[in-house]
Amino acid sequence: MIELLLPARCTGCNACVTACPRDVFDPVPDGPPRIARQADCQTCFLCELYCQEDALYVHPYADHARPQDAGAIEASGLLGAYRRDSGWDEWAEDETLRNQHWRMEDVFRRARGA
Amino acid sequence: MTAGPTHHEADVLIIGGGLAGCWAAITAAQGGARVIVAEKGHCGTSGVAAAGGPGHWWVPPDPGRREEAIARRMATAQGLGDAAWMARIIDRTCRTLPTIASHYRYVPDDDGRIRHHALRGPEYLRALRQKAQAAGAILLDHSPALELLRHADGSIAGARGVSRQGTGGDWVVRAGATILATGGCGFRSHLLGGMNNTGDGLLMAVEAGAVLSGMELSAFFTVVPAGTTMARTMIYSFARYHDAQGRPLDRPPGPHDNAFLAQALAHGPVLCDLSATPEDIRRQLPQISPNVTLAFRRLGIDPFRDRFPIALVGEGTIRGVGGVRVAGPDAGAGVEGLFVAGDVASREPVTGAISGGGAVNAAWALSSGCIAAEAALERVRRHGRRADTPAERTGRAGLHSGRGTEDATAIERAVQAEILSPVKQYFRTEATLATARDRLDAAWAALPHTAGPPTPQARTRRRELAALTATARWCTAGALARRTSLGLHQRADTIAATTPPTSILTGGLDRIWTDSAPAGGPA
Ligand SMILES: Cc1cc2nc3c(=O)[nH]c(=O)nc-3n(C[C@H](O)[C@H](O)[C@H](O)COP(=O)(O)OP(=O)(O)OC[C@H]3O[C@@H](n4cnc5c(N)ncnc54)[C@H](O)[C@@H]3O)c2cc1C
Ligand code: SF4
Ligand code: SF4
Repeated sequence: MIELLLPARCTGCNACVTACPRDVFDPVPDGPPRIARQADCQTCFLCELYCQEDALYVHPYADHARPQDAGAIEASGLLGAYRRDSGWDEWAEDETLRNQHWRMEDVFRRARGA
Repeated sequence: MTAGPTHHEADVLIIGGGLAGCWAAITAAQGGARVIVAEKGHCGTSGVAAAGGPGHWWVPPDPGRREEAIARRMATAQGLGDAAWMARIIDRTCRTLPTIASHYRYVPDDDGRIRHHALRGPEYLRALRQKAQAAGAILLDHSPALELLRHADGSIAGARGVSRQGTGGDWVVRAGATILATGGCGFRSHLLGGMNNTGDGLLMAVEAGAVLSGMELSAFFTVVPAGTTMARTMIYSFARYHDAQGRPLDRPPGPHDNAFLAQALAHGPVLCDLSATPEDIRRQLPQISPNVTLAFRRLGIDPFRDRFPIALVGEGTIRGVGGVRVAGPDAGAGVEGLFVAGDVASREPVTGAISGGGAVNAAWALSSGCIAAEAALERVRRHGRRADTPAERTGRAGLHSGRGTEDATAIERAVQAEILSPVKQYFRTEATLATARDRLDAAWAALPHTAGPPTPQARTRRRELAALTATARWCTAGALARRTSLGLHQRADTIAATTPPTSILTGGLDRIWTDSAPAGGPA
């Protein structure tokens, strides 16, 4: 579930408001959006891909909220990991982060022992 | 809501902007039509493909290869498949999918080849959005459709819904043809990307006069790290499972891959061991499926060293099979002016009695989207938009006709307790199904009338609750009607019998009916 929107990183671009398929955020004039409907979050992590400031943190547990400590998450290096591992935006030309999704069928084949 | 609805006019209205809806929008807009997509969430992140990585059924046109692939699939389809439909989607996928390269950055494999059929979800759906917009389609995001509109002659005239963002009023789209692409129904389980897929299109279609098929083929559950949504299957192909005492669990061969896990989970925690995963695959995982790695890291689990608890998440008709019965080769819904694409349609013609997750479903979503769009264009050419002909609203359940006063959450829980229980669904018997039917009928009768304030969100939720309750009733009725086991429908109280290949049809709202029809049917 979405747990954090870090105001110190947020530019108020509202990309998350638009991109969230569950309409979880409300825009706020001249400020960071509000997590207005946390319980509607479907834990898809996609808002993180659309936040170029890495200001959002989604916890993997989906059933109920698990409040997170903003300072600890900042320090953890977990912010922005999805966007980076996906090779989005400024990571697009990084060879080590290239999309290797095409390997999936080969992995399945190896698991079957073929 | 004091102001009246915002009116739009289009040649083709597409309800749902996931995989199928986007391909329909691209095809219709490229064909010169004025196209509107009404999407509940955000077209580009919504739908079950957006957080996944859909591989498509892909068979190049080399001599004999397609015939062979179809023959193999027909064998697993157990009498319900239709070779002509299979050939059509293989051909359409091969011709159309590579055109996404205009907006999707394919990365060559180790041999420098492009594998057109394997796309990562977030990038794919983003590309589909951009391609649809480039073709001129108008996207209404955060705009769930609540009901279809119908002309006096019974043909579909468009739809009406609400806007969740902005001014938040109602909208009406009048269109010459309407395509339902609302996806399957996951009953608001914690399936990755599945929360918007509540069966709305099934309810709208039935209210408009369509018939459902294959709803009994809906027992499908996927392994996730306990408490999470992460229903990505690849890494679990190396999994071994243990009970809480560390005893290994045996996977007996059977039609339901995960039935043994359902049984074990009914008795206590089940732990997953991925230590058999080869080293190179461990290293590649973040760039194959970044969200899989992400979930483990945030839970503090090293999945290749630690044994971690798993759960089963229900997928309902998503990686199940059933939906609106496709009435012809044009993806018509059997109602004039209405077409179906993707998971909202029954996929029996292309998957048969087993799941099409993993390749066939995505090829079907793409192809049925394109085919429905072409049929819609043809209809508009012949009949025009008819935007000024009077049209009536067709929606009932959860909009006007609720009688009960019960709390919505309690109803949803009651429905989920039946339809999302792996044990009840994997091991169906006459007795368990009859109990489920009675409980679901009670839930239907208790659908809330005016619970909560009439915000766009609250009205959508009420309609979703009606849709998922109706869908659970259709699945259960279908399961009662098919008395022997077949594919995703396993009856623990009967032995598997060879029966003539029939499809189970179902429909109705207050009174549910079932019937059977020759497989393949009019399509
Ligand atoms: C985790 C996972 C992995 C998968 N992997 C594969 C794979 O590898 N290969 C494969 O072939 N298949 C796979 N599938 C299945 C495949 O993703 C689906 O078949 C495909 O996404 C279906 O497309 P669709 O457009 O019908 O539905 P979706 O992509 O789910 O889109 C439906 C859309 O309709 C919208 N909607 C719903 N109700 C309304 C309403 N009332 N008004 C407006 N909009 C509405 C939803 O918001 C959503 O955006 C997978 C499924 C899952 C869950
Ligand atoms: S996308 Fe990120 S930066 Fe933009 S408003 Fe949302 S949280 Fe702030
Ligand atoms: S995880 Fe998904 S549903 Fe939740 S806030 Fe982010 S985008 Fe929205």
